[in-house]
Amino acid sequence: MTDGNGARRGTRAPYVFIAPAVLLFVAFLAVPIGYAVYLSARGLRLTGKGIFGTRQEVFVGLDNYARILTDPEFWAGFGRLALYGLISVPLTLGLALLFALLLDYAGARGRRFARTAIFLPYAIPGVTASLLWGFMYLPSTSPFSYLTRELGLGGIPFLSGDGIYPSLANIAVWGGVGFNMIIIFTSLRGIPAELSDAARIDGASEWRIAWHVKIPLVAPALVLTGLFALIGTLQVYGEPTTLAPMTTEISQTWVPLMHIYRDAFIRDDLPLASAASVILAAGTLVVSVVLLKLTQKRASGGLS
Amino acid sequence: MTTRPLPHQRARLLPTLVLLVGALYCLVPVAWVAVAATKASGELFSTFTFAPGTGLLDNLRDLFSYGDGRYLLWAANSALYAVVGSAASTLISTLAGYAMAKYDFRGRTVLFYAILAGVLVPGMTLAIPQYLIMSETNLVGSYWSVLLPGLISPFGIYLARVYALSSVPDATLEAARIDGASEYRILGAIGLPMMLPGMVTIFMLQFVGTWNNFLLPYIMLSDESRFPITVGLYTLLAKGSSEPALYGIAIVGAAVSVIPLIALLLFLQRFWRLDLLSGGLKG
Repeated sequence: MTDGNGARRGTRAPYVFIAPAVLLFVAFLAVPIGYAVYLSARGLRLTGKGIFGTRQEVFVGLDNYARILTDPEFWAGFGRLALYGLISVPLTLGLALLFALLLDYAGARGRRFARTAIFLPYAIPGVTASLLWGFMYLPSTSPFSYLTRELGLGGIPFLSGDGIYPSLANIAVWGGVGFNMIIIFTSLRGIPAELSDAARIDGASEWRIAWHVKIPLVAPALVLTGLFALIGTLQVYGEPTTLAPMTTEISQTWVPLMHIYRDAFIRDDLPLASAASVILAAGTLVVSVVLLKLTQKRASGGLS
Repeated sequence: MTTRPLPHQRARLLPTLVLLVGALYCLVPVAWVAVAATKASGELFSTFTFAPGTGLLDNLRDLFSYGDGRYLLWAANSALYAVVGSAASTLISTLAGYAMAKYDFRGRTVLFYAILAGVLVPGMTLAIPQYLIMSETNLVGSYWSVLLPGLISPFGIYLARVYALSSVPDATLEAARIDGASEYRILGAIGLPMMLPGMVTIFMLQFVGTWNNFLLPYIMLSDESRFPITVGLYTLLAKGSSEPALYGIAIVGAAVSVIPLIALLLFLQRFWRLDLLSGGLKG
């Protein structure tokens, strides 16, 4: 990248341009992170004697971290998240890549229509999407269960037992495929046509071209979409919360963010919730950096 | 593996079919909510879900009269948070990205890494400390508590920087400087116009993100009159398990809220520069 060093040094202009962003960055990112870390080392302790003792906020070191890290329910939340992510992330990315390749393939018809239709769910908020799918899962209103019942197969247990995982994952796939498809598709559009043409002249089939030419070249876009999907998974909150009134399967602590919400706003234990937030944020950061590092070699190899 | 290079009729059928199935999958819930919105309260649970009902007008009347027109208020709130918040956020991101791409100043590198780290910090894990800070400053429950945290978007700044690097030539800026233009005039007359397509993209991403946001307003707000549509619909749904009439209102509310968004998306689709996103990783 070229550096924009054409400007004379000493001008105040860049500082003026960047000041609002820096102020807001400090106020709503840096300070909250710092405050969360500070708060996570505090705790309420009874001081004085018996029932006449007063609850006081004191420094408790890593106590909150120890508490949250030994809470099996917090870990169970990650377990459920992992199960949900194992279904939703590969499906979202796989389908997005498949659709993007088909949109890029001149032989397919109806590409404009399909592109718009598949992108459409992106405009619909996760909460609204969960509401729509929720009713399509609810035994009394589900069109799918209606059909299977008519066929004598009984209803589909969308909202009971383990059915909740694919049901929730489906909402994420539905909402996420289009956006990821567009990112991969625009990246496919950036590949020079000569590359595919040359392979075609050499007698390569469209599948081989997709596999050996196109997919390696869109690897950076796949890394980007993978990263978004991963961060999105760790932050799942609205969808299970919306479905919760419709099923007994989703507890108050079903995923980590729901656990944090309960600790903070229902149990009023902000230090514990802060410690859990810090762990979640740090975990996300580590996972993101590891993913970027692991894929960097492959991605840049595809670019050169 | 076939060796024939050119796709034949048979080869075209499968790809077309797969795309159509994908389109159908994405449209089914939208079709469902459109049909369900026409059903009178009894019909929702008693008739086949894709059979149109007879209660559309009643449902709309119920929706708009619920809680003295609360639904319209939610819609107006969503619009306020999304339009005002995204416009301001886009401008702030663009200025910062432009400065980082086109000027060499002290602290630029440190700032860049801070922004990059900001991109990777999941915004929602910040919600609780942000709540506490809003609570310390007595802003919890106000419009500001939802608007202000949305103004800073590290990803927006990052995209603006990538876009400024690739679309605003240094030579043009230098020529303007030689002509004696001030840095502020150069920004207004050259920088911002050149960055407009990138700004539209950042605005759209920010708009959809804010419109879809649930956790932040859910945490910050307690007064129903300040809710955006997402939180409003959720409360209807949560109350609906004990008061089934509210299910009907939630469904019509969802249907009505989806229409303007789809229209907006179809309209703005042509102005997107999403290649910016895939290009962003290389930058």
